[in-house]
Amino acid sequence: MEQFLEQFPIVVQSLNVGFLQTLKLFFVTLLGAVPLGLIIAFGSMSRFRPLSCFTKIVVWIIRGTPLMLQLLIIFYFPGLVLGKQIWGGGEASRFLASSVAFIFNYACYFSEIYRGGIQSIPVGQEEAGLVLGMTRKQIFFKVTLLQMIKRIVPPISNEIITLVKDTSLARIIALQEIIWAGQAFMKGSQGISGQIWPLFFTMVYYLIFSGLLTVLLGQLEKKLDYFR
Amino acid sequence: MAILEVEHLSKTFERTEVLKDINFSLEKGQVVSLIGSSGSGKTTCLRCLNFLERPDTGVIRVNGETLFDAADPVTTQEAAIRKKRLHFGLVFQSFNLFPQYTALGNVMLASELLARERPDYKENKRIIHEEIEHKAEVLLVQMGLGDRMKNYPHQLSGGQCQRVAIARALALQPDILCFDEPTSALDPELTGEVLRVIKELAEQRTTMIIVTHEMAFARDVSNHVIFMDDGRILEEGTPEEVFGHPREARTQQFLGHYVQ
Repeated sequence: MEQFLEQFPIVVQSLNVGFLQTLKLFFVTLLGAVPLGLIIAFGSMSRFRPLSCFTKIVVWIIRGTPLMLQLLIIFYFPGLVLGKQIWGGGEASRFLASSVAFIFNYACYFSEIYRGGIQSIPVGQEEAGLVLGMTRKQIFFKVTLLQMIKRIVPPISNEIITLVKDTSLARIIALQEIIWAGQAFMKGSQGISGQIWPLFFTMVYYLIFSGLLTVLLGQLEKKLDYFR
Repeated sequence: MAILEVEHLSKTFERTEVLKDINFSLEKGQVVSLIGSSGSGKTTCLRCLNFLERPDTGVIRVNGETLFDAADPVTTQEAAIRKKRLHFGLVFQSFNLFPQYTALGNVMLASELLARERPDYKENKRIIHEEIEHKAEVLLVQMGLGDRMKNYPHQLSGGQCQRVAIARALALQPDILCFDEPTSALDPELTGEVLRVIKELAEQRTTMIIVTHEMAFARDVSNHVIFMDDGRILEEGTPEEVFGHPREARTQQFLGHYVQ
């Protein structure tokens, strides 16, 4: 017990640092994937066949292979196969490579959710806008977009919660996120070794954060309840 | 001079000829009813006038200006068509109100967006906004919705929604207001309030084209009735002529379904 009390502050401090990296990856991914997903969605809905085919193939590859594998390929392929260290070195390079892999992966999932959302909006909405002399751009931003957002909040929430936990996959390229920080105490770090509880304790961080997100996303859903 | 002239309009969907050589014209302040069974091409005809469908052949002229000529590619360009749509207003069967805007917001939206294209928009933003708001309020009051302006579409009855949609179309002051079966999605109780509003518009000499299955209403409100069958105009004339003394057997058969 005494030993635990001694170790606890050290572990928490280390986990905090790891969790900060987890959060950074989480927010960077969201920031990148939310708009990129929309662009991919428009690509796959394009009436220009080569573009829509190309987009669909890319989405198929990204969704059809493990994110872990994508992380490994994106991080190691340029250096080991092409002989070009495009990511630089150290933790920053791992973060950069992880961000690219995560943004791309999540954008593909988001794009399919967006596509479903856009296509579920009745044509009558667009026709009403056209008849009122609105441009297609105005119709999208002033009419369709908010209705789409309302419809996609539940499925996107699902993806966002998944993303919180998926960030741990970056461990595979040794990004020092919270799982990495917890595991460190098994091998030995800061005078603590052979301890598995710090790894298990990371669960608390995930639970608190995903709980917070669930509440926030629930509020967003409620906020959009003023129309149907 | 006729406010609207339609000549040789035709439209084919996947080898089905929906419109076959449609010709008609309309004087300012006149109300024309388009009647006929489902699939006879009435709705497609209206959608062509509003450029929601592109006719394969034909000419559409408003106030003598050729808006659309299938033979003249200059008139069929997408960019040019947007402004031309403003000559027409369209009220849909299923209202198609924008759910995230209040009744007032629905009526104001398009006017606000169009105002942005005015050269003096930046300096007079507030005055323009107030003008648009005032105009929208007047229209909604005229539609009997003075106490419903701040309501969202889902808080309104079908009849109220359709009246908002009429106000929304009127807000842009179209030359010709088109109705596509405006009461077909409403129960009989709500139909009355919408028809009353259209009747009032007719009394104010609003130029209108109405596609409807409400025969008594069509007879009452219109100056001219067009009976369409299988993509053609089979018979047209005054309400008295078409409803009272239909010449064609098909017209008689169709009207026979409506006990008057």
